[in-house]
Amino acid sequence: MARKLLLEHAQVEGIHTYDVYRKNGGYKAVEKALKSMSPEDVVEEVKKSGLRGRGGAGFPTGMKWSFIAKPEGVPRHLLCNADESEPGTFKDRYLMEKIPHLLIEGMIVSSYALGCNSSYIYIRGEYMYVLQILERAIAEAYANGWLGKNIQGSGYDLDLHVSPGAGAYICGEETALIESLEGKRGNPRMKPPFPAVQGLWARPTVVNNVETIAAVVPIVNEGGDSYAAIGVGKSTGTKLISASGNINKPGVYEIELGVSVEEFIYSDQYCGGMKNGKRIKACVPGGSSVPILPHYLITKTAAGESRLMTYESLADGGFASGSMLGSGGFIVYDEDQCIVRNTWNFSRFYHHESCGQCSPCREGTGWMEKVLHRLEYGHGKMEDIDLLWDIQRQIEGNTICPLGDAAAWPVAAAIRHFREEFEWHVNEPKRCLETNYGLVKEKTFESVNA
Amino acid sequence: MSEATPKFKITIDGHTVEVDPGTTILNAARLLGGDSVPPAMCYYTSLKGSGGKCRTCLVEVSKGSEKDPRPMPKLVASCSTTVMDGMEIKNKSSQRVLDARSGVVEMLLINHPLDCPICDQAGECHLQDLAYEHGKSNTRYEFERRTFEKLDIGEYIKLHMTRCILCYRCVYTANQLTDKREHGVLKRGDAAEIGTFIENNLTNDFIGNVIDVCPVGALTDKTFRFRSRVWYTKPMDVHRDCPTCSGKAVAWMIGDEVARVTARKDQFGEVKEFICNDCRFHKKEKSDWTIEGPRHIDRTSVISANHYELEIPKHTPLLNKA
Amino acid sequence: MTENQEIQFPEHLLKEVGRIISQFPEGKQKSALIRVLHIAQAHFGYLSTPVMDYVARLLHILPIEVYEVATFYSMYDTQPVGRVKLEVCRTGPCMIEGAETIVSYIEKKLGIKDGETTSDGIFTLKTVECLGACGYAPMLQAGEKFHEHLTEEKVDQLIEMYRNKPVANYMGLENNG
Repeated sequence: MARKLLLEHAQVEGIHTYDVYRKNGGYKAVEKALKSMSPEDVVEEVKKSGLRGRGGAGFPTGMKWSFIAKPEGVPRHLLCNADESEPGTFKDRYLMEKIPHLLIEGMIVSSYALGCNSSYIYIRGEYMYVLQILERAIAEAYANGWLGKNIQGSGYDLDLHVSPGAGAYICGEETALIESLEGKRGNPRMKPPFPAVQGLWARPTVVNNVETIAAVVPIVNEGGDSYAAIGVGKSTGTKLISASGNINKPGVYEIELGVSVEEFIYSDQYCGGMKNGKRIKACVPGGSSVPILPHYLITKTAAGESRLMTYESLADGGFASGSMLGSGGFIVYDEDQCIVRNTWNFSRFYHHESCGQCSPCREGTGWMEKVLHRLEYGHGKMEDIDLLWDIQRQIEGNTICPLGDAAAWPVAAAIRHFREEFEWHVNEPKRCLETNYGLVKEKTFESVNA
Repeated sequence: MSEATPKFKITIDGHTVEVDPGTTILNAARLLGGDSVPPAMCYYTSLKGSGGKCRTCLVEVSKGSEKDPRPMPKLVASCSTTVMDGMEIKNKSSQRVLDARSGVVEMLLINHPLDCPICDQAGECHLQDLAYEHGKSNTRYEFERRTFEKLDIGEYIKLHMTRCILCYRCVYTANQLTDKREHGVLKRGDAAEIGTFIENNLTNDFIGNVIDVCPVGALTDKTFRFRSRVWYTKPMDVHRDCPTCSGKAVAWMIGDEVARVTARKDQFGEVKEFICNDCRFHKKEKSDWTIEGPRHIDRTSVISANHYELEIPKHTPLLNKA
Repeated sequence: MTENQEIQFPEHLLKEVGRIISQFPEGKQKSALIRVLHIAQAHFGYLSTPVMDYVARLLHILPIEVYEVATFYSMYDTQPVGRVKLEVCRTGPCMIEGAETIVSYIEKKLGIKDGETTSDGIFTLKTVECLGACGYAPMLQAGEKFHEHLTEEKVDQLIEMYRNKPVANYMGLENNG
């Protein structure tokens, strides 16, 4: 049985309350850190654990923490990114709803490590009911001496608050999140200066995803080495995967990194296989912005090795034949799904969510949506496919923030792996409205790239 | 600060220049001048916080610094990236840069009305120059273009949002020159627009400067709109004793008539001394001003076309286009 | 709300605004803006210009700063909407699971199109982007509540329920009924 570090007690009755959480070993990490560890010790354990940012970028958390500037007399802030908005991702909501105290405990330990006395959880506005759950849990934590002045007699003070967004995917980008928390439009900032030097109110700031902060709790409890013992290579520990699409058991699963993609999709412990006995056509393994994989590249890499749920294995082959673990938003498509329609749907999302600040993303996302709409509805031209390829290339890498890349990659990957389906939409404009292209012919990576 | 701060030596397209630490790539390039200078549609030296948005000034850093010679993986915005000692930069010598820039120009133009023939900014429009140098001759955009109603934002300023490229310069101007900003960027994505939200007249003494900082014809001077093509006017350096501003301006003359007053711009199109509304909109008599002499206009500019002592140079781009 | 009526939060909401402002350092009260706009929308129904101007005065910021923010975020309405907003997620996984069918079903049932409000002023239908319920698709949000695994029967029940029952808004503090 796979080990669960975050969701171990998720199904315990009343775990969202302080008493039950405490009875199940809650707040032990705070006790341990405040009583027997220096802030540097905590950072050291996180470095040893190999924990990587769980929001999508996968940057080593310990290293990110070590970048925070510590000018004399300037307050520092830890911000929790609970703006979860990447299509296909719903793990943070699950964690916060089920075990709010785990996030709070993680915030206390992490804030202590960073030397922050005032921290914030920025949560997407649509999760207002989760915000309520968090505020209730925070009130309990204050009442029991885990927040506020002189926590548990340690001399360490921490205030923790929750602040909502109001509907903007871009606020998941850390500098846009900071702008939003300052009460402004969610326009990402130019970097440098990086938030570690000038973040919230121009003070040194670290922004971490909900799951990342929660993972600090087991790391402090059991030690970084113990955490690093789970997983494969540089993909250590456990990861929450949000599974959705045409599978039997959609939901949030905690996996040990390194489980095979095949096991994840087909085992009853996880997705439970394809719904209605359909064949798998494609998979987006890390949230809508990562490249889509065609069926012959999902469970095996182009080199024929078993594909694992790790940062490295999912990216094996680069964008030519790989994808990314991203935020762990795992979307599975069966043979009845239309790739052109799905790509159009995603491009509409990015068009809707572009902040509009820099020109390639502001103009390009809308252009891609329009061209894809035309293709999907049978009015496309063959040149549209090349045009789409050009537009995404003009956006990728040329924007202020990664939203441009996130908008470009799904389009590029769809054309790369499913070009004939786009061509079919042009050649069979009437049929594409009535039926779907179905599964790509039995293919392998070699036959495609021969 | 010690006086002998060591300078950073950097190279742009093979030309070397020494600059102070903290200088941006764009400003270093401007010291070199000529073809080394990347175009900048949103950056404006005197407007704090401006830059980074239009992406036309992207350059390739082929060597990060003497200490860390690794190239930067992505193209960087030269207006907001500071130089390192030994940095090597490629502007026009990089095909990647030229491709990206042409891509950005295409993006800026897909929703632009291309109404240069009736636009007051034509002849002094940075987007026009940019498109001429880096644009394609045809458009691949086959959808309806985004349009907005024209708005009067104040007695003397016309906002033609359809032409706007959202450089945010006018917003920074209002933030920094006036004490109560009344216009801003509303909505988001490609629906974003400059506006006041409510019907609101911008009345601040210095608000007229938004016209000068606008790189395109989105904000124009209503006292001059449709009066003349800019190249039929004669720009003169003028000044007056003004209680509000420096009083140093350019009077754009038609015969003896002051058709328009603007602030003085440098060779990169930037105003160094902003002027007040009174000078700009109300001093339209020749007798209001002391004339210093003809304004120097770059000989490649179309504004030079009809005047003065200069021959029309053969390579004047906009003339050859016709 | 008539035009002339003075825009003013009741006591309990002013207290809540004060609580939120106190979460930020002195002088950083603008950080409360996004949340205060949620409260204002829950209480006044939508963010009219007078409401936004009131919020600007409460937080000592310029009205344009409020307009810029209110028009940026998709959850805010600067135009009147129905008492119950049915916000149906239409992105990726929800589309696969039939979000479009749910939308057309609601359109037919209520006789309105996406973005419109029923003539009795009760329902507004709005398609929205991913709400983080991909595993429980299709879904819609009404007020603060998520309704997941939607079927046509479930939509029928929801509409009947909300026809008479107020929607919980802003942490249940406001029932805009």
